[in-house]
Amino acid sequence: MSALSSLARLQAVAAGIAQPLATVRHCHVSDAPLVLVPLKLAGEAAAPLAVMLGSDPGDPSLLVVPQPRNRDLRFAFAASLAKLVLNHIETSRGAVEELPPGKEGEERIRYGDAPQLLVPNRGGVAFLRMMGRSTRFRSTEGPYAVEPAVPVLGRWLTWFADRHDHPGSSLMGAVTELLRLHWATGQSSLEDGNLAALTGWIDPPAGLDGPAAAARAEDPVVWPPAGPTTDPTFDNEVLAPAIAGYDRSGGDSRAGERLHAAIAGQLTPTWDLMWRAVGLLRALPEGASVPRRWERDRDAFTYYHQTFGEAYPQARRDPPVRAARRLHDLERAQDAYDAQRAFDDPLVMAEHRLSGQAFGGTVTECDPARLDETGKRPKLRPLLRVATRDPVRLDAGATVCSADRPALKGRIVELDDDGGVVLELTGGMGRKLVPEAGVVPEVGDRVCFTSLTEGSFGAAKFPDREDTPWTHGGPPGEYVPTDEDAEEDWS
Amino acid sequence: MTDTAPDLDRLRGGAPPRNHDARTIAALTSNPGCARRGVMDAAGVDKDAVARELGFPAPFGQSQFAITRGNAFEAQVKADGCAELLTLLRERLGLDVPEVAYDDLEVVAGNEGRELRHSRTRRLVARALENGEGTLFDHPLLRLEIAGHPAYLEPDVIAFQLAGRLHVIEVKSFAVVDGQAEPEQVAAAARQSAVYVLALRRLVAELGHDPARVSHDVFLVCPENFSNRPTATPLDVRPQLAVLERQLARLTRIDDILAELPGDLTFDLGESLAASVRAVDARYAPECMSGCEMALFCRDEARACGATGALGRSVRDDLGGVDTVGTALGLADGSLHPSDDLAETADQLRAAARLRAEALQGVA
Ligand code: SF4
Repeated sequence: MSALSSLARLQAVAAGIAQPLATVRHCHVSDAPLVLVPLKLAGEAAAPLAVMLGSDPGDPSLLVVPQPRNRDLRFAFAASLAKLVLNHIETSRGAVEELPPGKEGEERIRYGDAPQLLVPNRGGVAFLRMMGRSTRFRSTEGPYAVEPAVPVLGRWLTWFADRHDHPGSSLMGAVTELLRLHWATGQSSLEDGNLAALTGWIDPPAGLDGPAAAARAEDPVVWPPAGPTTDPTFDNEVLAPAIAGYDRSGGDSRAGERLHAAIAGQLTPTWDLMWRAVGLLRALPEGASVPRRWERDRDAFTYYHQTFGEAYPQARRDPPVRAARRLHDLERAQDAYDAQRAFDDPLVMAEHRLSGQAFGGTVTECDPARLDETGKRPKLRPLLRVATRDPVRLDAGATVCSADRPALKGRIVELDDDGGVVLELTGGMGRKLVPEAGVVPEVGDRVCFTSLTEGSFGAAKFPDREDTPWTHGGPPGEYVPTDEDAEEDWS
Repeated sequence: MTDTAPDLDRLRGGAPPRNHDARTIAALTSNPGCARRGVMDAAGVDKDAVARELGFPAPFGQSQFAITRGNAFEAQVKADGCAELLTLLRERLGLDVPEVAYDDLEVVAGNEGRELRHSRTRRLVARALENGEGTLFDHPLLRLEIAGHPAYLEPDVIAFQLAGRLHVIEVKSFAVVDGQAEPEQVAAAARQSAVYVLALRRLVAELGHDPARVSHDVFLVCPENFSNRPTATPLDVRPQLAVLERQLARLTRIDDILAELPGDLTFDLGESLAASVRAVDARYAPECMSGCEMALFCRDEARACGATGALGRSVRDDLGGVDTVGTALGLADGSLHPSDDLAETADQLRAAARLRAEALQGVA
């Protein structure tokens, strides 16, 4: 939170409708994302109850475990889910792009597209992560054999959930989080976790305002929860009798259908809501750096897909070097993502202006042809004076760049008390001693400069896995799943 | 009994008092500044019934699947005099537990008074401390002074005596997968356990022993991975204890709050209930939702008067503690002139409003 987004919440309260927190879309939205709305059985860590999924709003598939405590039914569910999810993965690759060969002359390719999985909320991500964990070690042979697709699904779900942790990745999205990135509502973040209430604030149905739509959304009869947790009243009054009926019938198809229909009734409202949310996101113009981040996602997907056959399932816990490298990667990704969003979106940059790491204003004086002749060779160093009302918290000497054209670099020379900043431009104006046309701002131009960089920090130095220091347990063995993993209880 | 007792009985309007449990304690530690909850809890008012009567039933329904699962797991752990639990303590944690005695302190015959149950807890704990008798004490009824008034706690825990020290054991049915559980659930369990540790320590001190004989290491017993097998995890609750003690010390004394209230106030269910509830100040925050039965009523009230707290504590903090949406917006658009202590906040809000407007107009 910041004063800026908090103010947006107040404005939402006053206006009775959500207020924008972004002027562009900061995430990729696929043409045909795979939307999944999972439900789990209350009280269990990972007992799936149902999932509604598909990439066509008008044609969802519904998978149900009619008796969630039955292990065989559970694995049958996992196998059907695997078929649908793996099919989506295989059909979302697009054409293969050939890339210039790598350092050691190795072939490099990138898939033209990648699958995108969308779930309603963080709980949905957590549940799919758990599904991944509980299926990826299963053996396809021996006494506890499961269908071959089950452990494959487990590994993919684990991989997607892992990518979700990666700032700026769009491979697996929680829709409430994506909406919250772009809009502020007049309710607290707790209530924003309710997809129906959140959407109600952003896009209230005709005749209602945000608060009224959100209030309606809190009635679980009108809007059943978006999962993976079910509504306790539904559990007690509908689900429990329906499951009991199924049990009594000995797997009779009519009892199964009744259960199916009851669960469909719980999931369909959220299914529709998911696509409405996708529509809201699509309607925003895409941020300039979104394609670049999606390209990184495609790289990651290409790599995992290409090496899938050679790799083992992801370990239960990361060995130390891997864990440290991962943490480092995530931090770098977060910094880059934060900066990219600010450069893409003046409303995000406004946060940095408020915190003093950026400033915007009007050029009041300009010496575009100024040369610094103190060194051996003269250097092009135009001077600008910018009048700003922003609370600048940068010191003289700080390196800054232009928010509109990050290549244009400069250095703060002087800050005066009444909101004047004197800047010396140092780069991004061409190679000659006169700046390229149109690059140096002129008197009267609106400008914004910031100390943010999209910077690459260079890869950190971590030991190779063979060289893991003994303090970190020494080199880890490859994680090879054991029989015990394969037969692990799932009760 | 303290002097406030008669008043508190009247507040409850003849209904029997409710004991504290995990939820009221969570509310206590997450919103210590709320006088409304303080008074209602001290009087043992049935907040659930009050909220329902007011038309804002608490959203705390529980699924029978979760209840069944929780009960089954607990029963399994405690079956045969806690056989599985003992195996865990001995084999997993390598504790040298000698011969075992198991005492269940839950109501055995009918409606035992809480004083009676509490005194039985006292007796057994005293014996354990003095001559090491007894190993596992299930469902102890504890007492903790809250805001100058004794509150009964009915923890669903086991006190475990080993070599003259007491440990709290909490049985929870959320899973520990690969050594990790959901952080919020662990945090909630740790907060609750800390309350029990503290209450046990007070009891031990009252009995004339060193409170440190109650360990700050509690044991969390949960199902492991996706199975029903229990696993035990030691949890150091010192941080939660420190927070709790600080909050308890800071609580306004109930007597002082009562002194400000009209003499004939009662939470008896009936027409004047809403007015009675409103007569006691609340301090609503979204955290109330998970902890206090009154949450929906208080949220409605907070929203109706435009309280910034309804948007979340962090929003309120960002606004420099400005209480109402109207004031904050007035400061932001310059239509209100700030008092000296709000000058800085007002500057910040005006800058934020200008920057938002500028960015949204598409002017760089
Ligand atoms: S819900 Fe109301 S009574 Fe309960 S703690 Fe919050 S403000 Fe106080």
